[in-house]
Amino acid sequence: MSSGLQIDNISMRFDLPNGGSVQALKDVSLDLKAGELMSVLGPSGCGKTTLLNIVAGFLAPTGGKIVLNGHDVQGPDAERGMVFQQGALFEWMSVRDNVRFGPDMKGMAKSESSQIVDHLLDVVGLQDFKEKMVYELSGGMQQRVALARCLANEPDVILMDEPLGALDALTREKMQSLVLKLWKETGKTIILITHSVEEALLLGERLLVMAPRPGRIHKEYRLPFADLGVGQDLREVKKHPEFGERREEILGMIWDMEEEIMGRSEGADA
Amino acid sequence: MIIQDLLSEVAAVFTSLATAVPALALYVGIILLFFVVWSFVRRMLTPKSDYTSLKTVTFGDESTVVSNTAASIISVVFIFALWGAFTGSKLMPGFLHVPGPFVGEGEFTYTLEAEDGSQDEATVTVLVHEAGSAPDLPEIEEGDGAAKNDVIAVQSYRSKLLLWDGNDEITREEGAKIVAIDGGPIGRGVAASTAVGRVALTDKGTLNIQPDTGMQMESIWLPSPESVWEKLVTISRDGYQNVTLAEHLSYSLFRVIVGFLLGAAVGIPLGYAMGLSDWFRGWFDPIVEFMRPVPPLALIPLVIIWAGIGEQGKIILLFLAALWIMAIGARSGVSGVKISKIHAAYSLGASKTQIMRHVIIPNSLPEIFTAARVAMGVCWGTVVAAELVAAEKGIGKMIVAASKFQDTDIVIMGIVLIGIIGFGIDVLMRMMEKTLVPWKGKG
Ligand SMILES: Nc1ncnc2c1ncn2[C@@H]1O[C@H](COP(=O)(O)OP(=O)(O)O)[C@@H](O)[C@H]1O
Ligand SMILES: [Mg+2]
Repeated sequence: MSSGLQIDNISMRFDLPNGGSVQALKDVSLDLKAGELMSVLGPSGCGKTTLLNIVAGFLAPTGGKIVLNGHDVQGPDAERGMVFQQGALFEWMSVRDNVRFGPDMKGMAKSESSQIVDHLLDVVGLQDFKEKMVYELSGGMQQRVALARCLANEPDVILMDEPLGALDALTREKMQSLVLKLWKETGKTIILITHSVEEALLLGERLLVMAPRPGRIHKEYRLPFADLGVGQDLREVKKHPEFGERREEILGMIWDMEEEIMGRSEGADA
Repeated sequence: MIIQDLLSEVAAVFTSLATAVPALALYVGIILLFFVVWSFVRRMLTPKSDYTSLKTVTFGDESTVVSNTAASIISVVFIFALWGAFTGSKLMPGFLHVPGPFVGEGEFTYTLEAEDGSQDEATVTVLVHEAGSAPDLPEIEEGDGAAKNDVIAVQSYRSKLLLWDGNDEITREEGAKIVAIDGGPIGRGVAASTAVGRVALTDKGTLNIQPDTGMQMESIWLPSPESVWEKLVTISRDGYQNVTLAEHLSYSLFRVIVGFLLGAAVGIPLGYAMGLSDWFRGWFDPIVEFMRPVPPLALIPLVIIWAGIGEQGKIILLFLAALWIMAIGARSGVSGVKISKIHAAYSLGASKTQIMRHVIIPNSLPEIFTAARVAMGVCWGTVVAAELVAAEKGIGKMIVAASKFQDTDIVIMGIVLIGIIGFGIDVLMRMMEKTLVPWKGKG
């Protein structure tokens, strides 16, 4: 039995009500080893969310398959945790109950789950907010709760769709450090979608650039920054000479893709 | 044909509205007057320097428009003051009353002219008394000349014909006629105003005496605040037509609560089914969408035909009133759940039942509470209306019975109670909402 996550020749075509169809993904193949951290970049509409939803099991692909630790993925499961951009917490529950949700659903004893919750809230720095309702927390704190809630379930893979997209720059930087720390400490396989090139560079052992129409893998990088960033000031990592180089390269790449999309749609309009 | 009728109705409405325009203008004037006075008073008080009062842009800034407590208090006090002033309330000092009806003794004179042109004057003493206390007529001097003095008792707010020639030496049949009232010439069909009120010479030559009514309302139109309060005290102690007030009220409330609970018990699961299954949604959408705009009151006749005027009929009516509202509330509560929450729950290992219990239901509760608030309001309105139509007990029945006996004070007391209870229900529902679904609107 092989461990890790195989994305095997995934294609996705949405039929549209008007009779047409959208090829959201075409022949996407990837192999993630257990414990790898991969960030995904790409212009909007290139199928990032669709790919993540397929891995999570919310969508059945029209072609190909997802294999996790040797078995086919059929639908959502606790082995694959999700962290959404925002608004996916249960606002009728306290911070603690949100974090305990997964263990509770499995029927874990309260005494046991309390330990998990306490530990995770320590890790994300929210021990003092345990009894608060989630809507009393700031956006950054809410995303910490979302991370803790996901980790409480001990998933093999964590899928994040622009989890830090709605946060302000400072909070975002702190959260990036936290993600790195959690990755190193827990050894989870993580796929993180972002639209920030810097974030993708910082939070990707591997960085995937996707291209649109049809959604496909454009280029893949292996980067040292995630390892460098663990336990380090991320601003120092950004000073790394290769960091700037890569950033410019990828920005240019995405810029070109956006240009092409614009040009094409303008052409279509004419 | 119909259009013409409607147009003439509209014209009539506008004419009667036009008479209210000066009163409305006066009311608006008074509002502005109080505003000016209050602005002045507020400037005298220690100035506040909180955020809102430091804003320079207030016109158009919706957040600066919060209800002004002073205005609310003045408004309510003013309503009671108007009520008291126009009903001669004893709770208010007399100088605040608008002029009341003339009560007591007054006089006017008439001048009689015989056929031969000779004239004589006589005095009419008018005793205006309140309803239910006819006074004894005093002895008066007849006076001299052809016309003899008269005395007459008239109830205030009523009018009475004076057959002035009953005691005169020459009568109308003999050609006598009145040519002047209080010295002022008068003809048939014309009225003169006297110290007592309006005195008109009728076409038949008699005098129609209408004592001055002033501007106060007769208690049969609008009883004074204290008499309404007294009625509340006596009715809650002794009851009205052998039914105590508490009994009337509990019947109404009982119907509302039972009808609402039944409506919720059926409507919420129905709404859930519609929100969770496209088949149920398709099945019930036409029914719900058709029934929702039918006012519950329009169902009263049918419900009476089917279920009679007993408790059953009323509860069915209230059940129907609550049912659609609750179903629609539950439906939109379920369909309003964010897909990311459902996805998150599945990824955390929840089963369908667990998602139902821990995500869908809690997520729908705020909408259901909103619907419940609306439904309770509608039920309360419907029960009163249904009781007006047919009931043996209930607050609506009480006021309709009272109106038949022109017990206006009971009618007003009932209306005020209905308003207070309706408001109380809403406040209660809002409090429950705050404590039970504090996450409302926070998702
Ligand atoms: N449910 C859907 N129905 C039809 N088209 C869809 C649907 N979801 C996504 N798409 C299309 O698939 C493409 C990829 O979408 P998405 O995965 O959301 O892109 P990204 O997350 O990279 O911005 C887009 O062109 C989008 O319009
Ligand atoms: Mg997306």
